[in-house]
Amino acid sequence: MLLDVHDLHVTLPDQGRKLRAVRGVDLSVAAGETLCLVGESGCGKSMTALALMGLLPRRAERRAARLQLGETDLGSLSDGAMSALRGRRMSMIFQEPMTALNPVFTIGDQLCSVYRRHTNASGAAARARAIEVLESVGLTNAALRMRQYPHQLSGGLRQRVLIAMALICEPELMICDEPTTALDVTTQAQILHILKEAQAARNMGMIFITHDLGVVARIADRVAVMYAGRVVEEGTREAVLRQPAHPYTRGLIASVPKPGGGEPGQTRLASIAGNVPAFHQEDARCPFLSRCLHRMDVCATTPPPVRQAPAAQRFACHLLPGWTENRTGVEGRA
Amino acid sequence: MTALSAAPALPEEELVRRPGFWARARRHRTFVFSGILLLAILLIAIFAPLLAPHDPFMQSIALRLKPPFWHDKTVAEHLLGTDQLGRDYLSRLIYGARISMAIGIGATLMSALIGITLGLLAGYYGGWIDTAISTVITTRLSMPIILIALAVVAIVGPSLTVVIVVLGLLLWDQFAVVTRVATQQVCTRDYVTSARVLGCSVGHILFREILPNIRAPLMVVTTVEMAHAVLLEAALSFLGLGVQAPLPSWGLMLSEAKTAMFFSPWLIVLPGACLFILALAINLMGDAMRDLTAGGRG
Amino acid sequence: MLTYLMRRTTMAVVVMAIVSVICFVLSNVASDPAVGIAGAQAIDADLAVVRQTYGLDRPLPVRYAEYIGNLLRGDFGTSYLARRPVLEMILERLPVTALLAFLSMALALAIALPLGCAAALWPNTLVDRLSQVLAVTGQAIPNFWAGLLLIVVFGVQLRWLPISGSDTLAHFVLPAITLGTFAMPPLMRLIRAGMIDVLASDYIRTARAMGIRPFVLTFKYALKNAVLPVISLAAVQLGFMLGGSIVVESIFALNGVGYLAWQSMSRSDMPVIQAIVLLISMIYIVLTLAADLLNGIMDPRLRGARK
Repeated sequence: MLLDVHDLHVTLPDQGRKLRAVRGVDLSVAAGETLCLVGESGCGKSMTALALMGLLPRRAERRAARLQLGETDLGSLSDGAMSALRGRRMSMIFQEPMTALNPVFTIGDQLCSVYRRHTNASGAAARARAIEVLESVGLTNAALRMRQYPHQLSGGLRQRVLIAMALICEPELMICDEPTTALDVTTQAQILHILKEAQAARNMGMIFITHDLGVVARIADRVAVMYAGRVVEEGTREAVLRQPAHPYTRGLIASVPKPGGGEPGQTRLASIAGNVPAFHQEDARCPFLSRCLHRMDVCATTPPPVRQAPAAQRFACHLLPGWTENRTGVEGRA
Repeated sequence: MTALSAAPALPEEELVRRPGFWARARRHRTFVFSGILLLAILLIAIFAPLLAPHDPFMQSIALRLKPPFWHDKTVAEHLLGTDQLGRDYLSRLIYGARISMAIGIGATLMSALIGITLGLLAGYYGGWIDTAISTVITTRLSMPIILIALAVVAIVGPSLTVVIVVLGLLLWDQFAVVTRVATQQVCTRDYVTSARVLGCSVGHILFREILPNIRAPLMVVTTVEMAHAVLLEAALSFLGLGVQAPLPSWGLMLSEAKTAMFFSPWLIVLPGACLFILALAINLMGDAMRDLTAGGRG
Repeated sequence: MLTYLMRRTTMAVVVMAIVSVICFVLSNVASDPAVGIAGAQAIDADLAVVRQTYGLDRPLPVRYAEYIGNLLRGDFGTSYLARRPVLEMILERLPVTALLAFLSMALALAIALPLGCAAALWPNTLVDRLSQVLAVTGQAIPNFWAGLLLIVVFGVQLRWLPISGSDTLAHFVLPAITLGTFAMPPLMRLIRAGMIDVLASDYIRTARAMGIRPFVLTFKYALKNAVLPVISLAAVQLGFMLGGSIVVESIFALNGVGYLAWQSMSRSDMPVIQAIVLLISMIYIVLTLAADLLNGIMDPRLRGARK
């Protein structure tokens, strides 16, 4: 395994209380594999990514039973060692390309700084490498772009520059936090394509955070669905998208409008009713309880066990694997 | 121009004073501290005749330059000693609060009136009116305030009223800058547009719709300018072109004490400390206001 | 950029023109130049002669035109008392004031920059509190009082430094501290607030995600962004210092422009006062113009946006 995370917790201090943003997440990514982290905003998926990168807010606490990148134990690294590792072995790009580049330095300057931070390359070598990597992400006129400032580029181009910056040292793992959300649909497709290509060329592991199931269907190898700081379902793309086991995943998939599908009168999105529970609440019950259509008495008293679904994905629910919905009720109750 | 664009940008939502202002203010340590300090100084100024142990103008050759109570050679009835003319220093300091407060309040009110009017006009009408007023503001900013004040006072002749008026006519720039920018921002909002559509008069829109909504930044500017006015009066009086003797202005007292300061340092320490405390209280109040009215928490 | 530059310069010229009108009014309308020339004891007959000799009986617009003409030729008027060209008197003393302003600004920045950065890097810590206290205190201290206290402590009690005159660099230490204390707080607040904003920005997060060293992150990536508004403020502060130097120079008997202004005030030497006001305003206008241009050079967004 390239990335192996076991029982990751992140707590943030919040006016005297502890806000448990991530509570016991297990993740793994193999080289060349894409793991999609899916969930509503605030479910802890970005916090998980920042925790992996060591980029959590100053006062946040991180602990994990295992946190390994290749042979390196990320949990035991000093801040300095972690900084030296970021951008070289793992890098991350973010949602908002318009503001993610430093406005007062040229593209070339910013790219070269990253490369020279992690290598002993000369200025000329760094420039050559920067141009090479810019071209590899499909930027024309790379030599000219090097001299330009971020405000002179469009959002799509800026996101390519950021991808180039993340790729410049050939990292083993790349984390993408909703990199296409702020872009228009055409650009979105291009960026996804570039990322896929870059990944294939380098056999790079990738964690892709999104709430767009369309994107998941296009690029994921495996999917982890997060809810209230936990992974509630995790498995291959086919298993999770085609045969979702957890009620939350089913709700999520049902809420996606299908192009051309649906009879008249059924065009409304099937949104999931209820609210995400407060992050302060304790674990004695299923976090999805208040919104679940299939809740049972046991859900309010015992945390859900992790089960194996027929399509081989793991899911955390009291419902038995292979349960199906019908009009009269729910079969397969535990 | 530089100084015009340096105006603080308003937070998007928090233009209206939220309902819990006083509730939050009561728990704000800086606000409470500076508020009590300011109130105390104001009360001292108002009730100076009752509080002062002696007549601040009464001279006594026999009791010149008596040191304050912490000194060995102090005189019991003069708690903070006497000045070079034998006048009771504590009484003069208490009366000095009146002058500083009069300057602070008088000059700031006048400036506020001028600045807010100019800022509202420029921000609401835009166009050539804005250009003209902006030019006036820029001109004012480019002139060294203390030199102009000194020159005018030198020509007109120094007195308390002259100082108040001159400072009032000079300290309006920040009011204008902040009001102008804030008005421009508020004008783009829905409720102003709808007031326009409904045919409300310009006066109604300016004073009922816009002014209440830029209260927060204006309160902050008020404190800044008030501190500014107090310190400027002291500086003018110190240079001999402000409040005239025998009035007990803190700045003038510093100036009078200059010659004796090597042997009687308390003569300069005390009035300066009074000025410092007043300016500090006003500035802290401004900081607290900024804190309480800014967006974010709450 | 060019149009912006043109508009900006036009504004500067218009403002200078208005300032010149105000200075003309100060010296020719609000005060009677005939009295200034002939002296306060002069009788009406003397004044009439003076008015005729100096052309003061002509209408104001004509005299203003002449005034402007003289200004453009470098003639700022003649002192009533010294009977010398005012410009000459000012230029003699300008180096002293310029040195004082420069030293004060250097001192203010030397304190404001590191302290502001430290406060932003470690908010709500001891450093931050200390910087806040320093800012609040510095802003509330009347600078003439600070000057007097410094004289008493360092000049008289400790006898470390000279307290009066402008012969050596040591003479500038106490005045520069006095004036610097007054200019430091706004600069530090701006740096602190700017750095806090910038450090929380997306591009700093990106740089961190790419492993840029914290030191480079703070002092290259963040500071260059945070320092942009500081340039404008520093220019404004430098302009204020030229005006504020009158207080400090008079306390320390520093023979600069401010001291000259104060002497002229107490003797009602209007041509000198008028010329100093005019000159300081012009320096201020040029300074802020220069700051805007410098900002334009340092901030690539401005270069493009105002094409």
